[in-house]
Amino acid sequence: MTSFSLNGQPVSPQAPEDTPLLWVIRDELGLKGTKFGCGIGECGACTVHVNGRAQRSCVTPLSAINGASITTIEGLDPAGQHPLQQAWVETQTPQCGYCQSGQIMQAATLLKDFPNPTDEDINAVMGGNLCRCMAYIRIRKAILLAAPKLRGTPA
Amino acid sequence: MTRIFAGLVGLILLGVIGFFALAWHPAIAPAPRPDASTFSPTLVAEGAVLAGAGYCAVCHTAAGGQPYAGGYGLATPFGVIYSANITPDPQTGIGNWSEAAFARAMHEGVARDGSLLFPAFPYDHFTKVSDSDIQALYAYLMTLPPVNAPPRPNTVPFPLNIRYLQAGWQMLFFHPGEYQADATKSAAWNRGAYLATGLSHCGGCHTPRNALGAEQAGQEYAGAVIDGWTAPALTAADPSPLPWTQADMYNYLHYGVSALHGTSAGPMAAVVHTGLAKLPDSDIQAIATYFADTDQSVSRANVTLPAASETGDQLSADDDAHLYASACASCHYNSTATPATLRPDLALNTALWLLDPTNFIEVVLHGISTQDGIPGVMMPGFADAMSDADIARLAAYLRRTQTNLAPWPDLDAKVAAIREQGDTE
Repeated sequence: MTSFSLNGQPVSPQAPEDTPLLWVIRDELGLKGTKFGCGIGECGACTVHVNGRAQRSCVTPLSAINGASITTIEGLDPAGQHPLQQAWVETQTPQCGYCQSGQIMQAATLLKDFPNPTDEDINAVMGGNLCRCMAYIRIRKAILLAAPKLRGTPA
Repeated sequence: MTRIFAGLVGLILLGVIGFFALAWHPAIAPAPRPDASTFSPTLVAEGAVLAGAGYCAVCHTAAGGQPYAGGYGLATPFGVIYSANITPDPQTGIGNWSEAAFARAMHEGVARDGSLLFPAFPYDHFTKVSDSDIQALYAYLMTLPPVNAPPRPNTVPFPLNIRYLQAGWQMLFFHPGEYQADATKSAAWNRGAYLATGLSHCGGCHTPRNALGAEQAGQEYAGAVIDGWTAPALTAADPSPLPWTQADMYNYLHYGVSALHGTSAGPMAAVVHTGLAKLPDSDIQAIATYFADTDQSVSRANVTLPAASETGDQLSADDDAHLYASACASCHYNSTATPATLRPDLALNTALWLLDPTNFIEVVLHGISTQDGIPGVMMPGFADAMSDADIARLAAYLRRTQTNLAPWPDLDAKVAAIREQGDTE
């Protein structure tokens, strides 16, 4: 049986080993912040962190993450005040909001790898996170707003 | 006339007798299992490390079975050969094997009862192992918990299943004898060579085999197909764009990843993470020293780093690029000339440069779990997400844009065939 930690809590779900992590997170463990988009790892709505790195949970079977530490949007910051979340509010980034938890989780990895990202870096790393409301311009703005806060330096 | 005939028959008879004389080995009498207290804890601990160096447990453990209790099937061109139970169970394991019997199996490929072992058990490598290391291995195995697990019958057909015939194989291909140090090389190189050619039996996968299943002479580490994967060449023939320096090889063997070559996957994952991981750092450094030499990395050191992966703006070019951008680029993107280990750079990845796309397709289909590659880092598999055509398109696109090599032929059929095989890791 697969055991892992979900937002710091140890869990041992009952679902079969080949069940996508997304189903387990939403249906068995009841955290609905992570969304189902395409189901084939090509839209980014289901992005969570596996040991601190963004991954598509819809194509990640339970068997692949035994012992891992999984973070969802609910666990990114205990108070929901991660600099990216603050920037998202400040720039009023979401329109319908469906893809946004995935966008934020992906952006968190982006800023970990590229603390001072260029537009090109943002395009490449965020390019797999689709937004049908076309909020891309505000998403970029929010990322650039959060980056200096995460670096701990003034903009 | 009759005399010539009689002479011929006599000669043949003599040949047959001679062959059987060579093939015949006496049984070594069953010995009671030595009490665990007769082995010093230091010796047992040494044996545990050596069992890691030989990753014995990988082949001597069936999926979901007890460690070392055997039953793992090796698919050979001659049929499936199931590994033996090497726990100290007297009925089904090696509990009644004396140390002499164990040493003979390792050095000569002969079982306790005198029958010849199939070279699926790589005694052609283990013959190089020193007596003192064999003593430690014996101590380790004999102090394992005994597991009653009867052997599974092999599917090797008649007449190949006649073990006497293995004497012929031995005559042709087996060169017994412990490792001989090369005085022209460093101590580290010799230590690495001792492990790599002996207990760690690297050539078992990385050297191509002939029609009779023996490693081809003169083709050492030339690369081979094994268990549905390609074991890449460990020589200058390795097609990956950068040579394997000692430091790269050490990183790969120690952490399961080299930023300049890629991640351990498939059968190599267990070799790194459950086998070599038991070795002290100095031994992993030594193996790396040895393979940096077989790779001739020093003479190839002036290779320039190929350009980094295509960047975002170029990615909007075509449908293949879109597929790559949405499925892969969020992780497989680097923006500088220094590739980041956690963002594996596909332009440098050996899998894209191999003659055959098998390893690339395997990883795209089945991913790499948190335990197989870089510890804690996973790549999802896309078997349920992408069609054969999509994966073929992705392979063709990356081969086209990230390497300067000829396109892979018949990609659709290849993806379908590998998908059909299932997850072989």
